Amino acid sequence: MHHLSLKAIANKLTKKEISAVELIQYFLDRINTHDKTLNSFVTVCEEQALQQAHAVDQLRNKKKLPYYAGIPIAQKDIFCTQGIKTSCGSKMLDNFIPPYNATVIEKFNQAGFITIGKTNMDEFAMGSSNESSFYGAVKNPWNITKVPGGSSGGSSAAIAARLAPVATGTDTGGSIRQPAALCNLTGLKPTYGRVSRYGMIAFASSLDQGGPMAKTAEDAAIMLNIMAGHDAKDSTCANNAVPDYTANLENPIKGLKIGLPKEYFSAQLDSNVAKQIEQVIQTYKNAGAEFIEISLPSSELAISAYYIIAPAEASSNLSRYDGVRYGYRCEDPKDLTDMYERSRSEGFGSEVKRRIIVGTYALSAGYYDAYYIKAQKIRRVIRDEFLTALNKVDVILSPTTPNTAFNIGEKVNVPVSMYLSDIYTIAVNLAGLPAISAPAGFINGLPLGFQLIGKHFAESTLLNAVHQYQKLTDWHTQSPEQYA
Amino acid sequence: MEWDVVIGLEVHAQLATKSKIFSGASTAYGAEPNTQACAIDVAMPGMLPVLNQEAVNMAIKFGLSTHSTIASTSIFARKNYFYPDLPKGYQISQFEHPIVKNGFLDIILNDGQTKRIGVTRAHLEEDAGKSLHEDFHGLTGIDLNRAGTPLLEIVSEPDLTSAEEAVIYLKTLHSLVRYLEICDGNMQEGSFRCDANISLKPKGEKKLGTRTEIKNVNSFRYVEKAINFEISRQKEILESGGNVSQETRLYDAVSGETRAMRSKEEANDYRYFPDPDLLPLVVDELTIKSIKNQLPELPADKRERFKVQYELTDYDANNLVASKELADYFEQVCSYTEATAKLAANWVMGDLMALLNKDGLDISQSPISSQSLAELLDRISDNTISGKIAKSVFEAMYAGEGSADEIITQKGLKQIVDPAVITTFITQVIKNNPTQYEQYKAGQDRLFGFFVGQVMKLSQGKVNPQLLNQLLKKQLDS
Amino acid sequence: MTTVNQETIKKVAHLARLKINDEESKTTAAAITEVLNLVEKINTANVEDVHPLANPLDNNLTPRADAVSESNQREALLLLAPSSEAGLYLVPQVIE
Repeated sequence: MHHLSLKAIANKLTKKEISAVELIQYFLDRINTHDKTLNSFVTVCEEQALQQAHAVDQLRNKKKLPYYAGIPIAQKDIFCTQGIKTSCGSKMLDNFIPPYNATVIEKFNQAGFITIGKTNMDEFAMGSSNESSFYGAVKNPWNITKVPGGSSGGSSAAIAARLAPVATGTDTGGSIRQPAALCNLTGLKPTYGRVSRYGMIAFASSLDQGGPMAKTAEDAAIMLNIMAGHDAKDSTCANNAVPDYTANLENPIKGLKIGLPKEYFSAQLDSNVAKQIEQVIQTYKNAGAEFIEISLPSSELAISAYYIIAPAEASSNLSRYDGVRYGYRCEDPKDLTDMYERSRSEGFGSEVKRRIIVGTYALSAGYYDAYYIKAQKIRRVIRDEFLTALNKVDVILSPTTPNTAFNIGEKVNVPVSMYLSDIYTIAVNLAGLPAISAPAGFINGLPLGFQLIGKHFAESTLLNAVHQYQKLTDWHTQSPEQYA
Repeated sequence: MEWDVVIGLEVHAQLATKSKIFSGASTAYGAEPNTQACAIDVAMPGMLPVLNQEAVNMAIKFGLSTHSTIASTSIFARKNYFYPDLPKGYQISQFEHPIVKNGFLDIILNDGQTKRIGVTRAHLEEDAGKSLHEDFHGLTGIDLNRAGTPLLEIVSEPDLTSAEEAVIYLKTLHSLVRYLEICDGNMQEGSFRCDANISLKPKGEKKLGTRTEIKNVNSFRYVEKAINFEISRQKEILESGGNVSQETRLYDAVSGETRAMRSKEEANDYRYFPDPDLLPLVVDELTIKSIKNQLPELPADKRERFKVQYELTDYDANNLVASKELADYFEQVCSYTEATAKLAANWVMGDLMALLNKDGLDISQSPISSQSLAELLDRISDNTISGKIAKSVFEAMYAGEGSADEIITQKGLKQIVDPAVITTFITQVIKNNPTQYEQYKAGQDRLFGFFVGQVMKLSQGKVNPQLLNQLLKKQLDS
Repeated sequence: MTTVNQETIKKVAHLARLKINDEESKTTAAAITEVLNLVEKINTANVEDVHPLANPLDNNLTPRADAVSESNQREALLLLAPSSEAGLYLVPQVIE
């Protein structure tokens, strides 16, 4: 049951081989069994989920329900859920129960999905290991001494351990793709503006994008069909028509032009990683894809530009957490400044504070031009280099991460080495492009992912390419033994 | 020592939209605290701003009527600072790229001269909430109803040289935004607020002196007083060899003094940057053109038209166009009456405004409609009543006793124009005052007025004064 | 190479309303210095004539029509407030 695709589960529900209540209870039981170890959920919505499942079962006899009605989904705790605590992995919002739903949540509700729980994440999505969460580190189901990646590490661990069939994530610099890679999943970061950010707690507004995390490209396509689309409540949300992302999955990829950026395949690339990626390339070649070397000369500047822009936007986005209207307020503030400073210092964890300070510094008088403006200029250069390359090729292929999952605790006190684990994913956010990560095999029992980057709004191409790959490989069907 | 005074004004005009600039909450004034502060206004996590088109249109209207450039692309930026009435920890404003820039406004000084005041820029931004300092056990209460109300911040060039000029500029601006119907101009409610930047420099000196900023002065009178106080304060400091420190000051209406604000002492670093939640605002030529076509007649144009069409003096025309409602009222009176426009102007600006001001009423709340006033003016010009009687009829009308004709009839105030009746009054008065009659005859001409007065008294003021003059002269001199 | 001293960190922390003690300011200064040295790689780029990119799609705003769409949400929102009374959010005294 827990290995089934969305279609297969929906089929069972429709044929009444299983009821929604049984289905939800099944996954709740798995969560109860395994999540004490993994810590992938911040909140499990046992009561509400069962209630909704009951309602679905009742209605199924009376009227036609949405095709996926009754299927459980794990929602990253960054999406506001009406009546359900939404903490964003922070003590600051440990008591925060939103009176509204994020647009993404609303859309999944409309499609009949049932929120089974809210997944753990790096605090305010700042991190690549899920260790910065107020609720503690999440363990990688493939090896519980390893990180599951971040910031959507709760979502990736939950799917990898088959505690939920699918989950949502958000990706500001790789936070969907990197945990998907480290947990043997398929995760898609859509084009900036493809999915509404309304009700999705902001980290860096010009980079943040919600997207699907799943076992397969097919499930991801089904999810994107639900998530994508214009939203009048988000001014940055694109108005482009939404195609049916499942429609092109079966198209042959013969003749697909795949670019290999020479900067990503330098001598520094780990040889085991290179070997695995070479296999991916071979598989695509066998399917008739063509490979072309391309160049992204400024890609080495991406991390630098990103770690100015993202903290700068974050420093401002996180100013609303001031202890006045909601969230954490310190005990007995002696005056206004004391209330601000203690509420924020006690409510935020150290990585969040570090980024607020970097961002505040980069925006402050005397540094704005040298840091922020310059970073935005580099951002344009990086985007334009991608667009030029994507004129020659349909997609760009790279590893998703420089290595497989690292040890818990290994990088937590070395921020810069943590930042460098996003080296292949970050530029994509600066350019606003869609990109997908999919399983590429294993190194010493740990999963590795490869990434495909597409043109703006070419999610269909990415999903098609990965779906075809997944028809020729079985990496994505493997799951950790302990959770079999 | 002689000093040049340099004043620039920053006016915050709340735009008269129905909903807020970035949310769908109501902007209506006076609601219960926090009942008009929605999740966006309260800066709940995940909330995003969506710009109100009407606020943009209003800014464009203002720009067009001040001969400004309308930016084809303007950018919303975040101004970051912490304050409890600022829920997001930043104010969405426009910084480097405002929607309106490089315009001017002509003002008419008290000596009749026109002076051109530069409008440096006008930008869109959101208002903050309000801190209520009533005692909540030593705490401050925050009401966020006002948070997110659209503001147009209108920044003048430092072209003003006295408190008097500043007030004239402010009144001209006030009149303009009301004409455009982009701001209700209610200063008590804070819809139209003014910050004044003031500095002094030795006469003729090019380099500007250090300025102070006086925040949020909420009436024309206080603006004048606050500026004058600040000018003398700075003069005193400079003349005793001191330095003015650049700071923000508050005007205290009770003491009539300004004092330095305590909360803004530390130098602020607002860390402006483009708001990533809002894309560039692009205004195309077509939009500008269509807004231009909808602009009402502006005060300056109306003033010129009044001078020509109604043959009014600069002074009368200027006063009448001060508010659109007043100008409309005047034009309505003129359309209903046969009397001259000059008579209409005198009555509207004289007697009517005097009573309205006394009762604190606006022209739109006048108990006498334009049509009723026109009827009264007709009775004056057709000699039914004298100007003097008209004043008492007017007062009765104002008190709600009826129309001019009703009151004239009821009280029997109709003017006496029959020479025979008037002659009877005159004969009676001469008979009653033989001594004065003798003295007049002996050459004391100034007693003529005495006889006029006596006839008026006897006739209860109803005798037509021109006729009385003629007939009295004839009879006394015969 | 930029080094940020403790004093700068304290000033910036205060701008961001974060309380930082001497010990923290030392470790933070070191960490921030490291981050700044990472990001200062941007100085190797010649981007003089490039226009800054604030948003990757080059889209423009589509404003909404002026209509009141939100009703009174005070009850639900004030429920979340750490301290409130008489419909107001309460904070330590604000001095003007």
